[in-house]
Amino acid sequence: MALLSNTAVLLGKELRTEFRSRELLTTTTVFVLIVIVLFSFSFDPTSAESRRFGAGLLWLAFLFAASLMLQPCFLREQTSDTLSALRLSVSDPFAIFLAKLVANTLFLLLTELMLLPVFAVMYNVPVLPTLHWLILVFFLGSLGVSIAGTALSAISAQARMRELLLPLLLLPLLTPILVASTEVTAALFAGSPYVQWKGLGFLAVFDVAFLTTLWLLGEYLLEE
Amino acid sequence: MTPPSFTPTGIRFENIDKRYGGLYALRRVSLEIAAGECVVFAGRNGSGKTTLLRIAARLARPSSGSVSFVNRRGEKGETLPPAGFVAHATMVYDELTAEENLLLFARLQGIAEPASRAEILLREVGLLERRNSLVRTFSRGMRQRVAIARALLNEPAVVLLDEPTTGLDPQGASWFAETLRGLRDSGRTILMSLHGESEVSTLATRAIRLDAGAVVADTHTGANFRSILAFANA
Repeated sequence: MALLSNTAVLLGKELRTEFRSRELLTTTTVFVLIVIVLFSFSFDPTSAESRRFGAGLLWLAFLFAASLMLQPCFLREQTSDTLSALRLSVSDPFAIFLAKLVANTLFLLLTELMLLPVFAVMYNVPVLPTLHWLILVFFLGSLGVSIAGTALSAISAQARMRELLLPLLLLPLLTPILVASTEVTAALFAGSPYVQWKGLGFLAVFDVAFLTTLWLLGEYLLEE
Repeated sequence: MTPPSFTPTGIRFENIDKRYGGLYALRRVSLEIAAGECVVFAGRNGSGKTTLLRIAARLARPSSGSVSFVNRRGEKGETLPPAGFVAHATMVYDELTAEENLLLFARLQGIAEPASRAEILLREVGLLERRNSLVRTFSRGMRQRVAIARALLNEPAVVLLDEPTTGLDPQGASWFAETLRGLRDSGRTILMSLHGESEVSTLATRAIRLDAGAVVADTHTGANFRSILAFANA
């Protein structure tokens, strides 16, 4: 119970500080928008090509946007050593991770949903018929990215080459989740009559496995 | 300050070692700090003062040895609320207001009626009128006042201060010394590391000097006490 109430209080703090500064949302939205627009003008793909390659492009943009978003996640807790204050205040340190990964998932999902219509228009890919499935894939993929990224952000924030370390650790770790997310998204763009349950199941298992690992080991990631 | 509602508590360090790789930050430190003592740790940079305070706050885990809270009879106490910790980093959020900061930490600590507790503390540290201002608009001294209010939210029996007056102007340091006197007189156990303060260090009832992670002098009174305080002021 204390875990949930602490998480709710911390999530409120994360949302309040972000919506006050709009630092992360602005950066990631602009980045993804630039990638989508740039590729659209560079390759001028047909609708069929977009259906084949669009999903990969979209998830690649989401991945780099996520690494931009996750970098300051724990780094900004070090500016005034607020992480120590949090550790002294919460009864379960997992609440710190839980609040941050929920906030990161929400921010990432918000970015994705804001830019999906832009992608649909520029690449001529109809997304409305499968929108509910796309939201599910985006949610499961973003959750996986956020769980792994939040954990790695805690590790890299204490390291010397912190700016370099997070992408170096994050990219290989997220390869399976990116492959699964891209395949499911591509199938949805292609108008496949069947939802790729195998891919969705893989994403869900990945999320549960990483969340459990974080729950078990998270406390040690925050130790000095 | 508000009337105390805490159990007087001491701290026992037993054979504390702290290593970072092959480097010893602390070596076999054993100390018995009685409830109500006001202890100043003196020593050069890297002597282990901060590490010892962070271990006492449970922010760092010793490589070996143990730290425990004890009651007036020297018996290990029950689980106590966390110690109040103030460092030279303010440990509050610049993007939140003074009141939002205190409410955040009060809610995390499960303090009953967080709003009224925050108001009491903001009044005590003289920031009630600036309660709705973002901390990033505050001067260094005002930020440190918020930090002290945050540390006292749960009325801790033990207060740990790691170079708390760094960056304070003379007025801020005087205010801090008065606040510290109030904390000491209320019976709280105070452990502090100092670097260059005089008004604050004179409040100490015990002085401990650390060198290369080991205790090299520990005294309550006498010429050695003054020399250690003088070292803290150096």
